[in-house]
Amino acid sequence: MTERIELAQNAAGRMVPAMVNGKPQIPYLGVAKYQPRGRKAAPPVRSSKDYPENGDKRVANLETALRKCGLRDGMVISNHHHLRDGDRVALMALETAAKIGVKDLMWFPSASFPSQKGAIELMQSGAIHHIEGSMNGPLGDYCTQGKMRGMGVLRSHGGRWQAVQDGEVHIDVAVIAAPTADPFGNADGSHGKSACGSLGFALADSMYADHVIVVTDNLVPFPCIPWQIQGNNVDYVVEVESIGDPAKIVSGTTQMTRSPDRLRIAHLVASFLRDAGIMRNGFSFQAGAGGIALAFVDYLRRMMKEDGVKARFVRGGSTRYLVEMLQEGLTDYILDGQTFDLDGVKSIASDPRHVATSPFTSYNYHGKGNFASMVDAVVLGATEVDVNFNANVVTHSDGRLLHGIGGWQNCLAAGCTILAVPSFRDRIPVIVDEVTTLTGPGELIDVVATERGIAINPRRQDLLDAAKGSSLPIRPIQDIKAEVERICGGKPARPKLGDRPVAVVKWVDGTVLDTVWQVA
Amino acid sequence: MNGATRVTSSRPGEAGHYGKDVRSDLHVSLEPRDGGGLEIDLESRVRLYYGKSILAQAREVLESLGVKHAKVSIRDEGALPFVISARLETAAKRAGLGNGKKALPEKVTLPEPSARDRLRRSRLYLPGSEPKYFINAALHGPDAIILDLEDSVHHAEKDAARILVRNTLRAVDFGRCERMVRINQLPIGLEDLAEVIPEAPDLVLISKVERPDQVGEVDRMIGELRAGNGIQRPIWLMPILESALGIENAFAIATVSPNVAAVTIGLEDYTADLGVVKTTEGKESAYARACTVNAARAAGVQAIDSVFSDVADMDGLRRWGENSRALGFEGMGCIHPSQIPVIHEAFAPLPVEIEKALKIVAAFEDAQQKGLGVVSLGSKMIDPPVVERARKLVARAKAMGKAQ
Repeated sequence: MTERIELAQNAAGRMVPAMVNGKPQIPYLGVAKYQPRGRKAAPPVRSSKDYPENGDKRVANLETALRKCGLRDGMVISNHHHLRDGDRVALMALETAAKIGVKDLMWFPSASFPSQKGAIELMQSGAIHHIEGSMNGPLGDYCTQGKMRGMGVLRSHGGRWQAVQDGEVHIDVAVIAAPTADPFGNADGSHGKSACGSLGFALADSMYADHVIVVTDNLVPFPCIPWQIQGNNVDYVVEVESIGDPAKIVSGTTQMTRSPDRLRIAHLVASFLRDAGIMRNGFSFQAGAGGIALAFVDYLRRMMKEDGVKARFVRGGSTRYLVEMLQEGLTDYILDGQTFDLDGVKSIASDPRHVATSPFTSYNYHGKGNFASMVDAVVLGATEVDVNFNANVVTHSDGRLLHGIGGWQNCLAAGCTILAVPSFRDRIPVIVDEVTTLTGPGELIDVVATERGIAINPRRQDLLDAAKGSSLPIRPIQDIKAEVERICGGKPARPKLGDRPVAVVKWVDGTVLDTVWQVA
Repeated sequence: MNGATRVTSSRPGEAGHYGKDVRSDLHVSLEPRDGGGLEIDLESRVRLYYGKSILAQAREVLESLGVKHAKVSIRDEGALPFVISARLETAAKRAGLGNGKKALPEKVTLPEPSARDRLRRSRLYLPGSEPKYFINAALHGPDAIILDLEDSVHHAEKDAARILVRNTLRAVDFGRCERMVRINQLPIGLEDLAEVIPEAPDLVLISKVERPDQVGEVDRMIGELRAGNGIQRPIWLMPILESALGIENAFAIATVSPNVAAVTIGLEDYTADLGVVKTTEGKESAYARACTVNAARAAGVQAIDSVFSDVADMDGLRRWGENSRALGFEGMGCIHPSQIPVIHEAFAPLPVEIEKALKIVAAFEDAQQKGLGVVSLGSKMIDPPVVERARKLVARAKAMGKAQ
C-alpha cells in the first residue's frame, strides 16, 4: 500500500482517511448528526423453480457449495462468531476457497478469534486481501504492523448490520455455522453438540448475502424447531463432522472476578444503581460476561432481593447469573444477544422467557429505533478513558488492536452508561489526557467507576443530583486521575504511533470515528 | 565480559520477583564492579510508558546508596516507584553495598495520630513481601492494615520485607486506616524495629509474647528510636499471646507499659502448643480467649481476637465474630478484604443496645442539667459505671455510623 492516503479531520477532531478500501467515507459528524438517505440493500430475487421441491438443499461438501455459489476473486465471504474461539467453520470456508484457487477475498466475520490466526497465512498467500471485522491477538498484530493489504474496518455489532443493510458492505457468500439445521436450511443455535445459544449475528448475512451456505454437524429432518435462520434465505446445506470445539464455544461456567479491587468496583457500580434510584421496579440493565460485570450482576441481584425490586428485562450476553435471576423471578425476560455459558445455552433452549435477539432488534442505528436506547443502565469496560469521558475499547495504550467493539458502541445509547474500570493496570493509568483510539464519544458516557471512586459526567446533572447524599465516593474525574498519576510516579510517556492508517473505527451510523495507526 | 571491569565483590545481589504471574513487583540482580560506572539493563512490561522513568530512578537510588560501579539487570512487572526503590536497595545490600544508607521514596502526609482506644474492629493482614496488595488495601475500609514481617515472610526474605515495609509506611497513603506492623520474635524483631520505627507506624504487634519483659524490651527500643528520630506521634503496642504460658501471663503483659493499647491472641500457635485441633467453633480456645478478655479489661486495654482462616465461609465468620463480640473482644484480624464488612457487622452493637444506651445517656445529661446527683431511667436508678459504658457504646456506634 504505497499510495498516499488522504486524511480529513472529523467532528471529534480525529484525522481519518477519506477513502477506505477504495470506497469514499463520511467523517464522523457528531452524535445523531448524520442523516442517511436512500433505500436498503437487497439480495437478488430468486425463484423456487431453482431449488428442490422436496426442500433438500444438501450438497456433498463445502467445496461443492462454494463452487456452486460461483465464488471468485475479490468476493466478500462472511461468517458469524457465535462459536467464539471454538469455531472451525470460518477457517474451513476460507481454506477451501484458497484450495479452489480464489484470490483477494475480503473476509467479513462478525468478530475474529485467536484460533483463526490461520487467516494470516491466507493473507500472505493472497487468498484473503483484507479483513473487515474485529481483530485481536495475532490477527490484530498483523493488522497494526501494517502487513494487511487493505485497511481493517472495525464496526460494532449494530454497525455491522447497518453496513450490510445500507449496502456499504455487500456479502457475496455467507457461510453460516449452525449447531442444528434441517436440509432446507432452517437453522438454530441452541441445540446440538456444538450448541452456542443465539445465532443473531448471522441473521443479516442470511438476509442480505447473494448466496447463503449453512454448515452443520447436527442435521435433523425438516423442520428444525425453533429456527433462528430461515431456510428460505439459504442456498445450500453442508453436513460436516464438527463445526467447533464445544469446550471453547461456551465456557462450562463463567467465572466472576476474585480480585478484591475488582469486586469493589462491581459493588460500587451496583450500589450506584441502587442509590441513584435507577434500580427500581420495571427497570432494565445490560452487563457483559467479564469478571467485573458478572460480580456486578451478583451484587445487584442481592440488592434487588433486599429491596424487593424486579426488572422488566435484562439484556445478555447471558450467563449463569442472568439465568438465575430469571429463575428467581428477579426479571421477566432475558433478551439475549449471545450466550456465554452452558447455563445460558440450556436456558435459551428451554425457557420461553429467555429470548434470542439480533443486532437488528438490539443495536442497529439505521432502523426505527432499537433496544439499546431503552435499557436503563449498562455496565461496560474500556482500556482508556479521558477527562471528557471519551473512551477507547479497541486498542491498548501502545496502539495495538486489543478488542473488537462488539456491542459496546451500541450500548452507549442506554439511559445510564457506566464504564467499570480499574484506575490503573500494571502501573498504567486508565484515565488519560487523550485516548489512543476514540471508540465512544464522551457525551454518551455517563459514569466512570474505579476502585478509587466514581466519576459522574458533568453533563449529567440529574445523576449528580440523584447520587447526592449517598455514601458513595463520588469524585471529579480529574481528581481520580491526579491521584493515580501520583501513585504511578507521574504521567506515562505516550508511545509514538506511526502515520500510516491500518484500520478505521466506524461509528454506529457508518461514519468514520477514528483511525488505527501502524505500530512499529 | 570486558576485562577492564573485573568483578571484585564477593557476591552479586538479587532481590524481588518476576514472571508471567507476578504483578507490581520487579526482580533486580546487581553485580558490583570496580569500574565502568553503572550499566543498567531493563526489561519491563511498562517499558513504553515508564522505561525512562525507571532507569532514571534506578540511577538515583543507586547513587544515593553510594553504588558507583555495577552491572544491574531489572526485570519489572509494573512495580510502583516505592517498590522499585526497595528492591534496588535490597539487591545492593545483599551485594554488600550501601551499608548504613537508605534510598527513601517520597513521603506521603501521615494520617492523624492514632488514639489509644480507637476503633479496632478489623485489621487486614498484608504479607510484607507482596507489594501488589499494599496500594489498594485501605480502599476496602478496614480499621487497620498490618504489614506483616513475621509468619507470611520466608526467613530468607526478612531483610527484603523490612525494606519494602519501611518504604510502604513512608510512601503509601493508607487513608484513615491505623498503620500496624507485626514484627518477628526477638531478637530478629529488634532488627525489624530499627528499620520501620523511623517511619512511625501507629502500632507494633509483637508476636509470640510469653513474658512481660519481652514487651518491655520492644517498648524500650521503640522509645530510643522515637527519640533518635524525633517522632512525636504515639506508637502503640499490641502483644500477641500465642502459647499457654502467654495466656497465663496475660495481665502482666498487658500492664507492662502504658504504650500497650490492646492484647490479642494467636490461635494457630496456641492450639499447637496445647496439642489440640483448631475448630471453627473454637471450644478448645474458650478458656484462653476468656482469659485474654479478662486480662485486657483488668489492664484497661482492648481485647482483640484472632483471625478466621476460612475465607470462603462467610457464615462461619459471622458466627465467630458475633460470638467473639459477646465474649468481650472489640475486633479481630482479617486475611482477605471480603471479611471486613462481615466483621464490622458482627462487632457493631445491636440496635436494641444502642437504643438503651442512648436513653441512659439522655437520662444522664438530663440529670446533669437539673443538677441531680442520681441518674434514673423510669423507676430504675442507673449506676455511674453503667452510664460510662452507655456513653462508650454510643460513641462507638457513632464512629461505626450506627447512631446519629
